[in-house]
This record gives sequence, structure tokens and C-alpha cells, in this order.
Amino acid sequence: MLLLFLEQCLNGLQFGLLLFLLAAGLTLVFGIMDLVNLAHGSLYMVGAYFAATFAAWTGSFVAAAVLALAATLVVGMAVEVIALRPLYGRDHLDHVLGTFGLILFFNELVRIIWGPAGLSLTLPAWLNTAVPVLPGLFYPTYRIAIIAVALAVALFLYILVMRTRLGMLIRAGASNREMIGALGINIKLLSTLVFGLGAALAGLAGLMQAPIQTVQIGMGENILILAFVVIIIGGIGSIRGAFIAAILVGLIDTIGRAFLPDLLRLVLSSRGASTVAPALSSMLIYLIMTVVLVARPQGLFPVANK
Amino acid sequence: MTAWLSVRNVVVAALLTFLVLVPVLSSFTGNLFLMTLFTRIVILAIAASSLNLILGYGGMVSFGHAVYLGLGGYAVGILAYEGIGSAFVQWPVALLVCALVALIVGALCLRTRGVYFIMITLAFAQLVYYFGVGLDRYGADDGLTIYRKSQFPGLLDLSNRAQFYYLCLLLLMATIHVTWRLVNSRFGLVIQGARSNDRRMQAIGFPTYRYRLVAFVIAGTICGLAGALLANHTAFVSPATMHWTRSGDLIVMVVLGGMGSSFGPLIGAVTLLVLEEALPVLIRIITFPFIGQMAFRVAEYWQIVLGPLFLLVVLFARGGIHGLLARGRRD
Repeated sequence: MLLLFLEQCLNGLQFGLLLFLLAAGLTLVFGIMDLVNLAHGSLYMVGAYFAATFAAWTGSFVAAAVLALAATLVVGMAVEVIALRPLYGRDHLDHVLGTFGLILFFNELVRIIWGPAGLSLTLPAWLNTAVPVLPGLFYPTYRIAIIAVALAVALFLYILVMRTRLGMLIRAGASNREMIGALGINIKLLSTLVFGLGAALAGLAGLMQAPIQTVQIGMGENILILAFVVIIIGGIGSIRGAFIAAILVGLIDTIGRAFLPDLLRLVLSSRGASTVAPALSSMLIYLIMTVVLVARPQGLFPVANK
Repeated sequence: MTAWLSVRNVVVAALLTFLVLVPVLSSFTGNLFLMTLFTRIVILAIAASSLNLILGYGGMVSFGHAVYLGLGGYAVGILAYEGIGSAFVQWPVALLVCALVALIVGALCLRTRGVYFIMITLAFAQLVYYFGVGLDRYGADDGLTIYRKSQFPGLLDLSNRAQFYYLCLLLLMATIHVTWRLVNSRFGLVIQGARSNDRRMQAIGFPTYRYRLVAFVIAGTICGLAGALLANHTAFVSPATMHWTRSGDLIVMVVLGGMGSSFGPLIGAVTLLVLEEALPVLIRIITFPFIGQMAFRVAEYWQIVLGPLFLLVVLFARGGIHGLLARGRRD
């Protein structure tokens, strides 16, 4: 029982870190460009498709991942320059509508290029094993790799944003876009870079998830909403908030799904529990979001000046 | 040119005349598809008009409006499944459920502003969507087929396509009228004032939260009516009706037609749904001379045109089609 619980905790941590990669991109883009990007889930999908394709071409998982990351970065920057740049400074409704159009565009483009059937990405043998993390508890190597990569990315983001000149510009852009433009910083280039970074993070999440799920059209749509929930709970624009909220959401969602049926069986009849539990565990995250919202409408870690 | 004879009014009048004549045209040409399509358009126009009340006039970008379409539909479907066929029970229940859910969701969401509001309405929509997926007894993911339409004993027969269509059209006109009356009342002015400057409205003593909440509930309730109609039209309801992309479609209709105008949502609904049918045909006709038989395959991918079209509307036609028509008048 305890081992099962630990295993589910690790699963939750892994899922939460994946959500963090998505949420970090969203929140960065929102912080600097004040842009609501619904098409973020499309970049996640594109990343997964790229990875599956490159893996088939090169035969190497790592090479595929690197290539897919670069490709998603390029796609993201292209989207920013072509489609999103005119949307800056506009109403949020315009962002929602424009990026909603982008979702349709990407879904259709993927259907044209890769066809309507999903792809699958098989893991190389050296990742498709399990290692003992505790005596008696074996855990898939690949999931551990996801946790390690995501943690490394989180650390990299922290250093990038808090300790480098580029990060300083990003933070300055978030607090006053016009002012740093007036100070001679190329804000357009900065925006493109930040959007590309966000896209690459989404692509990374997508390509890491690809071997676990099937790669299919619309795969980014439901997870996008979860990323939104993470941002709502964490506070918009705050990367630290996104990190904590993402792990919270990942843990609660995974552990809820695993143990809610048993918990409900204590209260309800066995049949009642098995009908209620799946729905309730899907809704759990949203219920928690509601509680957070009632207690703190600006999220757990609000950014002061937003 | 007299004031009432503007481009916009002529277009709206022509559109309304056409809508009234649809059943006649359909029976004349024997084209049943026209009837089915326009029944759907009229029903979704009701939903879009209700969204327009909060989105266009109230400035609340609710990204979960399709939830009420689904809830209204489920109220009809579940009652029919349990053997209660009377519309006089089904429809009030549908409205009541939607009003209640809108009250709860609105009370929570309206505590927030801007992007938060968009994301939170989105998240609540997902919550209700999963609730629908969890309805094991009523088809869960696969949805619920409705074998008997709502019964209006002695009054109406909804299985009669023309009767059903005219009922929908009547309700659409009623919705547009009610919205218009609301918007031009004191209540509506407070809502619009709160959109422009909420703080100032509060400063002169209006509890804007309550006003916005009432508008949110009214919009949800009307959309629930559209949901009940839609379920009767398709004889089916499923969680997919409530998916957040459906809410996106409703927003597109409102913005495409023209936010904050009485007939905008109707124009938007007609444009979007007709475009969805016409685009494949158009693509086929345009590309056929160049690529021959390939044109049939290319036309399958019409959505690749539709998406960027939204972006163009956002960039170049802020007031939607209604705005473009009204601008023609001033020049």
C-alpha cells in the first residue's frame, strides 16, 4: 500500500512537472507580451509529432528529441512573427479569437501532413526498463528521466530569468514593455525569443509525453486547460507559482485518480463508488481551483504589479 | 437616403425574410438539408445572442458558454430517458438548471477580471464537461440518444420540421427582442457602464458585481433554452456539446457577426455555419481547374482556411460583419 502510494506520488510528480513545462511557457508569454495564447496546446502537439517523425527518420530517440525541440522553437518563432505580433496591445478577446483560429489551423495542418490516424513513438531499449528507487519499488527509467529533465529545465529557467542579462530584460519587459523599448532594447526580438522559448518548452512537454500517450490531433487541447488551472492557482505571470501549483495539481490529480475509488468505497456502496469515482477524480482539480479562487482570487503567488 | 434605409438594415431585413421563407424554399425544392442546416443556425443564433449579452454588452469574455447548451440538452434528454416527455416539465427544468449553474459559476468567476475570467470560465466548462463524461447511466462519453421529442400535447408537434423551425425562429426573435430591451434599460446601461469603467460605476454607487451576475445568469438561462432546442433538433446530447472548443465557436459567431449589436450574433451564426458548408465547395470549385481530381481531396481540408480567417477578422474587422455594414452607412 505504501509502495503503491509512493509510486503514485512519483507519477504525480512527473505529471506535475510536465504541466509546469506547459504552464511556464504560457505564463512567460503572458507576463511579457500580455498575450493569452490558446494555441499553446498546438505547439505541444506539434512537438510530439515532430519527435515521432524524427525518431522514425534518425532511429535515435535522443537525436529526435533534440531535432524536435529545435523545430518547435522555429515553428513558435514563426507563429509569433507572422500571426501574433499584430495582436499585442489588443484586447484579450482578440487574442482568444486569433489563437483559437490558430488551433483550427494547426489541427488541420497536422491532419494534412501526418494524416488523421495517430502516431506512436517507441522508447529505445535503454529507457524502456525499470530501476529500483526503493527496496521493492521498481519505477520506469523513462519516467525518472522525465522528472530529471523537467527539474533541470526548471533550474535552467530559474537561472535564466533571475541570473542572466536576458532574464533581466524579460523581467523588465514584464513590468513595463514600453519603457524598456524606449530604453533601446529590441522588444520585438525579445518577444520573439520569449515566445520561441515558451514554444520549445511546450514542445518538450509534448515530445516527452509522446511515448506514454499516443500522438494524436487535439492532444494538446485538454492538457492546455489543466495548464490554465495551474496558472490560475499559481497566480498569472509567476513562474515560481506555476512550479508549485503544477506539482500540486499533478500530485492531486494522479493520487485522486488512484485512491478516490477506494476512499469512496468506505462511504458509498461499491457500485455507487465505481460510478462516481472516475467523474469525481476528473473534477477534483477544478474543485480545488474553486477553493483557491474563493480564498485567494489572484492565485497563491500573485505578481504584485499585475 | 432616409435614415432607416441603410445598408445594414436592408441586409438584416433580407436575412430575416429569407429565414422566414426557409421552410417554403425547402419544400419547394425538396431540399431537406437546407431546413436542417437553418434550424441549427437559428438555434445556435439564440445561444450566440445570449452570449452577446454578457460578451458584447457586458465585456465578460465567458469561455464556457457551451456548457449551458449541453446542460439544457441533458435536462431534456435525461427527463425523456426517465419517461417524462412533456415540454412543460422538460423545458422549465432545463432553464432552472442552467440558471442555477450560471449563478454558481458566475458568482465565483465574476470575482475575477480579465484573463483570469477567461481562464476560469474555461476551467469551469471543463469541470461540467467531465461531469457529463461521468454520467454513466446516461451514455457517459458516447452521449444520450433522445427517442421522443419534447411533447406539447395539443399545441405543437416538434416532429413536424416546419413547426419546429418556426418555434425556433420565434424564440430567436424573442431573444433578440428581450436582449434589446434589456440593453436599453437602466439595467443594461449599468452593465455597459461596468464594461467601460467598473470602478467609476461602483464609485457612483452601483453594486456592479450583482448587476453583472444577473446578466450572467440571464445569458446562461437563455442559452439553456437553446440547448433544449438543440437536443430536440439532433435527438442527441453528448459531452462533446459542452467541449470548450464549442464555446469558442459561440464566441467566434458573436465576434464575427458584430459584438454588442442586436442582430450581430445572428449574422455571425449564419456566416460561420454557412461558411462551414460552403468552404469545401468553394475550395473545390476554385482549385478544380488547376489540379483536377485532387481538388476533391484538397477541399476536405477547408478548416485550414477558416482558422486564419478568424485571425483576419480580429485584425481587420473589429466590429465584425455588422460593423462593416454600419460603416458603409456613414460614408
